[in-house]
Amino acid sequence: MKFTEEHEWLVADGNIVTVGITEHASEQLGDVVFVELPDAETTVSTDDEVAVIESVKAASEILAPLDGEIVEVNEAVVENPGLVNEDPLGDGWFFKMRIEDPSVLDELMDDAAYKKFIG
Amino acid sequence: MADLERTCLYDLHVELGAKMVPFAGYEMPVQYPMGVLKEHLHCRAAAGLFDVSHMGQVLIRPLQGGIAVAAEAFETLVPQDLLALKEGRQRYTFFTNDAGGILDDLMVANRGDHLFTVTNAACKAADLAHMRAHLAATCAVEEVTDRALLALQGPEAERVLAALVPEAADMRFMDVAVVASDHGDLWLSRSGYTGEDGFEISVPEDRAADFARALLADDAVAPIGLGARDSLRLEAGLCLYGSDLGPETSPIAAGLGWAIQKARRRGGAREGGFPGAEKILSEMEDGTARRRIGLRPEGRAPMRPGTPIHAGAEGGAPIGEVTSGAYGPSVEAPISMAYVDAGHAAEGTVLYGEVRGKRLPARVAAMPFREAGYRK
Repeated sequence: MKFTEEHEWLVADGNIVTVGITEHASEQLGDVVFVELPDAETTVSTDDEVAVIESVKAASEILAPLDGEIVEVNEAVVENPGLVNEDPLGDGWFFKMRIEDPSVLDELMDDAAYKKFIG
Repeated sequence: MADLERTCLYDLHVELGAKMVPFAGYEMPVQYPMGVLKEHLHCRAAAGLFDVSHMGQVLIRPLQGGIAVAAEAFETLVPQDLLALKEGRQRYTFFTNDAGGILDDLMVANRGDHLFTVTNAACKAADLAHMRAHLAATCAVEEVTDRALLALQGPEAERVLAALVPEAADMRFMDVAVVASDHGDLWLSRSGYTGEDGFEISVPEDRAADFARALLADDAVAPIGLGARDSLRLEAGLCLYGSDLGPETSPIAAGLGWAIQKARRRGGAREGGFPGAEKILSEMEDGTARRRIGLRPEGRAPMRPGTPIHAGAEGGAPIGEVTSGAYGPSVEAPISMAYVDAGHAAEGTVLYGEVRGKRLPARVAAMPFREAGYRK
């Protein structure tokens, strides 16, 4: 599992990367009450706003962590936004994207680096 | 958090795991480990304990004569009938300004030989100055600085409080009482800001933490932070000063005409006689350009404060703006309050809130969004 400074986690399976937000992020956000996900087959560039989550406190944008194409979105979190708090690293995933070159993940933080990042 | 005040329950909040945030000059608990959503639901299902010690508590005593002297003087600042307010009762009031806006909304209680007011934290210094400036000729205006204020709200509130203070069970909505207890003299009112049955309890500061712990010892009671306090009051359709009400808000536009009693209206025994009376009484007859409405978005996206409201899905200038908006945990849907042009305020009208550049439909809805549980 890799991490971005935007508090997203990424898990790669070949060219397909699953993206969600970290436990730390879900705790900071508070109870999530609304999730808007991109359409599948959307081509995105790094740092494009691709999704919106709203907690009881505020709205936050989810940025595309990499260049690629959204291939699948998790409708379950749209139906039940609480999944983002209950299981952020599992059932609370947001979308899967296809990327050209999985080696770009090497540049992202690993678990130890992310833990250090959030202090 | 420099320069922020703390209530006498600060240590208890920290011990309970609260996340503290700056609010109206105080460090206050925004949530506890339970989280905003569960705190909200817990308060509706059982009972919630709130620290509202940051609010202003002020006593108004007539310098000479009886309570009527204080009531009459206070009526020069508010459009309410305070002469008719009976001993042991309180009433929702608001200070108006010369422009017909609202300086603060507050509770005023008749406690026999004096009035007791509870005002908003952010306004309390200005309220005190306002009262001193206008009441000093006939009344002593005393800020209460040695008492905490707690709110116990929810369907279990009566049972929990009556176990410590049996007299609480005999009170009905908007009653007030001063009761001697094991925790010192308690100033009770059967009221609150959640739409639930419940009490606000003023307790001596040096007894407040023990009293709060005694309430929290009941399994039904959970501590509730400002986050859930806001979603609870929004579901109850209750205004938040500074968001839904302000110095430029007409009480009539705000839908608070019900709180202006007959005696102070046109043709009443003591018509007018408060700041902005002419404007406000005309608005009661002629209506206002804008009106406060409830909105239920048809989708799931909350419409937050500042969201522009449009009459149509395309084109045209905004006809209003959201002043409060969030997800309503008990109604299980987003809810908002907005001010819109009066021609678009009819219940059932479909309007459009502009959220992240998209116009999303929302229906004008009756408030409260959820039926209140007051013990009348």
